[in-house]
Amino acid sequence: MSKVVYIFGDDISTDAIYPGRYMATVLPTETPQFCFADYTELNKKLVSKEYPAGSVLIGGNNFGCGSSREQAASTILGHGLVVIAKNYARIFLQNAINLGLNLITCPDIEAEMGDEIELKSDKVINKTKGKEFSTIPLPAARMAIVEAGGLVPYTRKKVIEKYK
Amino acid sequence: MGMTIVEKILAKAAGKASVKPGDVLEPEVNVAMSHENAALVINQFNEVFQGTGIEPKVWDPSRIAIIFDHRVPAESSKTATNQKKIRNFVKANGISKFHDIRSDEGGICHQILAEYGYIRPGYVVVGTDSHTTTHGAFGAFSFGIGATEMASVWSLGTILNVEVPETIKVVVNGKFKSNVYPKDLILHLIGKISAQGANFKVIEFHGEAIKNMPMSGRLVLCNMSVEAGATSGIVPGDEETSRYLKEAGVKDKIENVLPDADAKYCQIIEIDANSLEPQIALPHTVDNVKPISQVDKVKIDQIVIGSCTNGRLDDLEIAAGILKGKKVAEDTRMLIFPASWSIYKKAMKQGLLEIFSDSGAIIMNPGCGCCLGVHQGALGDGEVALSTTNRNFKGRMGNPKGEVYLCSPATAAASAVTGYITSPEKGVN
Repeated sequence: MSKVVYIFGDDISTDAIYPGRYMATVLPTETPQFCFADYTELNKKLVSKEYPAGSVLIGGNNFGCGSSREQAASTILGHGLVVIAKNYARIFLQNAINLGLNLITCPDIEAEMGDEIELKSDKVINKTKGKEFSTIPLPAARMAIVEAGGLVPYTRKKVIEKYK
Repeated sequence: MGMTIVEKILAKAAGKASVKPGDVLEPEVNVAMSHENAALVINQFNEVFQGTGIEPKVWDPSRIAIIFDHRVPAESSKTATNQKKIRNFVKANGISKFHDIRSDEGGICHQILAEYGYIRPGYVVVGTDSHTTTHGAFGAFSFGIGATEMASVWSLGTILNVEVPETIKVVVNGKFKSNVYPKDLILHLIGKISAQGANFKVIEFHGEAIKNMPMSGRLVLCNMSVEAGATSGIVPGDEETSRYLKEAGVKDKIENVLPDADAKYCQIIEIDANSLEPQIALPHTVDNVKPISQVDKVKIDQIVIGSCTNGRLDDLEIAAGILKGKKVAEDTRMLIFPASWSIYKKAMKQGLLEIFSDSGAIIMNPGCGCCLGVHQGALGDGEVALSTTNRNFKGRMGNPKGEVYLCSPATAAASAVTGYITSPEKGVN
């Protein structure tokens, strides 16, 4: 069970998740420090590890729109955050899948700050509100990448086959 | 059943007779482009080969393009070190389409791919940049991917698990009024269908206004298609495509891929070009678009003309036409970023740079500059920019306490003279 620690509106861009001015920092081990850097309070709490892994961010429509920067996915992954949004922009969603981060698509999600959330394979349960919301699974072809642990191990297998 | 352009391209690239939306494919890639974020691609590429006992080797060094543009010359030691790492990788792997920080070959990646004739109709193009949609202007299927996905492409030469997208057909008939430009059209379209209106879909452009549009304008439309969430924008290849590529030095025969008459579209949108006036995207989303007549008098601190969207020669010509003999308003600063060094030098020969500098504008070196707020031209707290770039997200121009409005080069130039958002139609005398 995890707590909701932030609620976002629609069209949260990758500039909001990981501002462009930090793009010279690329390694997944280094990107977490700039997670939501312009949301000063949220960033402070993330960096000071006030929010445990599994803490939940709630997003609206088109979460992760904008740039293709993979830092936006690795920075969230680095904090072990769970994202539950109504839907996602394409490149951000694919980047998350490629890094093995399973973003939860939940079109009807209702949640407030501090709500206790439980994730099931096909639904999100808001324990505080006593409500359940069904989730939309990833297409099988994309899920295969998440299940392989991300695109690096998935591609590695193909490379081994190719050079056999 | 008939196919759209992208369906045809993907069928061919995956070795199939036909495909339909939702099919999962592994298409071959013709051009794979990266910029400074190749540093992360290299990291992920080496990870892929980790523990396999196989020497890391790119699938085809002639199909990889790497262009330094995001932070040129380097703004920090970190960037310079990354650029050095990339340069070494380029040499070690024999990557031929490499454009360093040099005035005889450099510029913004999307302009370089275009002006060096690297793209052909029917190509599958991927780039670690969301504005890779730009190259749909050549009738190619061109889309942005992340660094790990690019590492996979470098390893295999294909893109894994691609779902065939649905296509939206946008038909633009009529003629543009004077002082209305392709930028106004694409802003209008994004405002109409929203920032997520084309998510996971392709926008195919048709109609008289597109047919009559030069390549530079088609590049603007496809560049900003991603701001409606589109996987790619695409314009059917025609005589204009061939003309541009020939001028870019392409010698091989150009074969266009055109949609079938009975191709299936998920949505058809019609726009009358005659009905458009200059458009403005207001802070902080690109779909917050209004015709300029409905925009209040907004004081502008910084005007920006440039970027992969609107830093081409015709953009500079339009701006210079308006600025000639005039001054940038007091308390307003103006930055001009040509999209490439070749454009910069043409603008110099034509005397455009002189007009800009006489007016008080600052001419910057080609690159992504302040568009994404990593390098020069940051806004101060509470400052407002009017820019010909493609994004106005909060924090985009280096400061979450600043505001960015988007417009065409004509509107930007007219506004530079007054210091307020000003329609080029109203004149500036």
